[in-house]
Amino acid sequence: MATAFSSINVVQHARCDNFSVASRKPSSAFLGSTYSIRLSPSASRSASVSAAVNRKASSVSAVSEVVKEKKQKSVSSGSNLLITKEEGLEVYEDVVLGRVFEDMCAQMYYRGKMFGFVHLYNGQEAVSTGFIKLLKKEDCVVSTYRDHVHALSKGVPAREVMSELFGKTTGCCRGQGGSMHMFSKEHNLIGGFAFIGEGIPIATGAAFTSKYRREVLKEADCDHVTVAFFGDGTCNNGQFYECLNMAALWKLPIVFVVENNLWAIGMSHLRSTSDPEIWKKGPAFGMPGVHVDGMDVLKVREVAKEAIGRARRGEGPTLVECETYRFRGHSLADPDELRDPDEKARYAARDPIAALKKYMFENNLVKEAELKAIDKKIDELVEDAVEFADESPQPSRSQLLENVFADPKGFGIGPDGRYRCEDPKFTEGTAHV
Amino acid sequence: MAVTFQGLGAAAALSLSGSFDPNRLHLPCRRSLSVTRLSFVVRLEERIVSGSNLPPRRAQQLVSKAVATKADAASASTASKPGHELLLFEALREGLEEEMDRDPQVCVMGEDVGHYGGSYKVTKGLADKFGDLRVLDTPIAENAFTGMGIGAAMTGLRPVVEGMNMGFLLLAFNQISNNCGMLHYTSGGQFKIPIVIRGPGGVGRQLGAEHSQRLESYFQSIPGIQMVACSTPYNAKGLMKAAIRSENPVILFEHVLLYNLKERIPDEEYVLNLEEAEMVRPGEHITILTYSRMRYHVMQAAKTLVNKGYDPEVIDIRSLKPFDLYTIGNSVKKTHRVLIVEECMRTGGIGASLTAAITENFHDYLDAPIMCLSSQDVPTPYAGTLENWTVVQPAQIVTAVEQLCQ
Repeated sequence: MATAFSSINVVQHARCDNFSVASRKPSSAFLGSTYSIRLSPSASRSASVSAAVNRKASSVSAVSEVVKEKKQKSVSSGSNLLITKEEGLEVYEDVVLGRVFEDMCAQMYYRGKMFGFVHLYNGQEAVSTGFIKLLKKEDCVVSTYRDHVHALSKGVPAREVMSELFGKTTGCCRGQGGSMHMFSKEHNLIGGFAFIGEGIPIATGAAFTSKYRREVLKEADCDHVTVAFFGDGTCNNGQFYECLNMAALWKLPIVFVVENNLWAIGMSHLRSTSDPEIWKKGPAFGMPGVHVDGMDVLKVREVAKEAIGRARRGEGPTLVECETYRFRGHSLADPDELRDPDEKARYAARDPIAALKKYMFENNLVKEAELKAIDKKIDELVEDAVEFADESPQPSRSQLLENVFADPKGFGIGPDGRYRCEDPKFTEGTAHV
Repeated sequence: MAVTFQGLGAAAALSLSGSFDPNRLHLPCRRSLSVTRLSFVVRLEERIVSGSNLPPRRAQQLVSKAVATKADAASASTASKPGHELLLFEALREGLEEEMDRDPQVCVMGEDVGHYGGSYKVTKGLADKFGDLRVLDTPIAENAFTGMGIGAAMTGLRPVVEGMNMGFLLLAFNQISNNCGMLHYTSGGQFKIPIVIRGPGGVGRQLGAEHSQRLESYFQSIPGIQMVACSTPYNAKGLMKAAIRSENPVILFEHVLLYNLKERIPDEEYVLNLEEAEMVRPGEHITILTYSRMRYHVMQAAKTLVNKGYDPEVIDIRSLKPFDLYTIGNSVKKTHRVLIVEECMRTGGIGASLTAAITENFHDYLDAPIMCLSSQDVPTPYAGTLENWTVVQPAQIVTAVEQLCQ
């Protein structure tokens, strides 16, 4: 796979024939389309846009090509599958967990169990599973407000995530974070950020700590990697570029994963970005830029292996653009009227769960019954999570003033000479600070 | 010019062993304070005051110029005293270096902190000693490297982020407000952020509007952070050390014009208390609350006031967030008049918050309305004359005291 990245800049495809709206290269037995087709509602506009993109496009999806070759080889040899059975089941379980959990979130939201802004990940599960299932517990993950599934993939129990969404004290952040701020010290999930782009410097910092541990503190075996997830809209934000620069400059062990779902609320990626091919921005900073089909968990996994391996070996960061799609609106408050139903239908046909299932059946990795058992297990898990969250207590008043400071002396010295935090009203949460 | 003052309260602690726990030290002392008024004085020029009640008033050697200049040779008499003399920026560096020696997780990041030694030389020599990764020269990307510092703090390091000028940290406001201040709470207490954000601010010598900003007023509403302002080499070193050792995010405000202040500080290790104010000059007639550079304008005015027969009590509040309401309150209860002198803008400044806090807590003790002297709500002009009129000058302080004490 080392060749995959170096081939990015070298391989040139003649791709004109594949960019028209109507035609698509018939996919092989392998999953989905390997080419990204960026559509806008009006056909004429799309033609000119495609043409413009085509003029610049050269080696998009080269990785998918390599993977496709591998697959073609494997059909004949029969032993070169992308995934083993155990891995397949693990991956399947994770994508199904993501999907079922998010669907349950929608239900609970409409039943009034959770409020505020809730952003669901349906359709994008391949990206989360593809990357996070390759990470160790000590590796860090940084996400955005669309972070439920990243939390689940990283290992935060579904109970804790659901409780957090319900605002209960048993949530992973004691109910103080909510949907957009999932944190877990145990599983090294460092957010959950509401403003786009503000998590990327945090991820860069986590990667810096890893490098610092290895080189300054001399912990020779510290090879922790940080994976930062963010969207296409973020890629027009200054913090993104500032961090690409610093990460490449210091060869930080980080992977920047762009979940390009083509829409930032109602702003189409094509309408807001001068050069829509985000992967190209990597080489501009001196790191490889890779584009991958983000609806296909196995392709994402292959790319992730390489990118994470690079980071672990100390070779520096990678920018991975995953072309993906969210089946639901931006958030549960979004009526989702702007997106073309045809576009949605096209991507629905590339559902990552369906594609994975198809792959595993075709390669005789699993039986129907095993997958059904996993489906059932996940259903029960999520039901249990909801029950747990329902029965959990709301935070009490005493929790209001806790955790504002790691050292509560930060609230200062009161008029009576004692530290404010020693005042019993403080611990009860009724003091005014 | 040598600076002399008294430090009241358990503000400073001397420790010879170096393995000393400031947390354990201060709370018990605080309780005894109300009983014995234990005063702990920094040894300067051999004047040591101990015992209860107010120390006798004595002629203080005051700074005659508002701006620090190099100490004159008259301090040759201090040659045989314990301690060593240094400038404020050297004191900051000493504090930083000691903490970096003590804890390998302390690191520095900022623009030109490494090879250049810091734009005000606070980190001079540290990159040679500790290496380029520990004293990191960053590209010019305040938001990103402050965020990087916060991410590093969350994952186990203790970074000291330098803003080359405090004003540049406006670019990092997103990270400071959203992440630095809030993440400990938002994560339910899981991640602590022991970061120190420091840099020079304040009105300098004709630096123009954008380099003369006072960000303490902008940051003060952010929940979850502490803000301290240093004003002398002694408290600069002590606060730097305390800020680094604190588990909370601390913003340490330094002042561009104070970096060359000279003072003799103890050889022994000491760490000051982040939440305490400093009694600069005890008095009877009026409480003057100030911080950073205005302390020197106040002390200059105090000289004039003493000659006129007034006895001002000057307190350097040091801790801008949270306020030390104990020291301030005791003073208000004694003098019944308050004058706040600050370099912040009038609108929404530290003085405004302080006025509100004092009125809320000590209203009954006031004989006169609180007066607050702040800088004009004006972008600092370049012209020297205009600039002088933007900030509070000693003459205005004298007038204000006379007015309040009628």
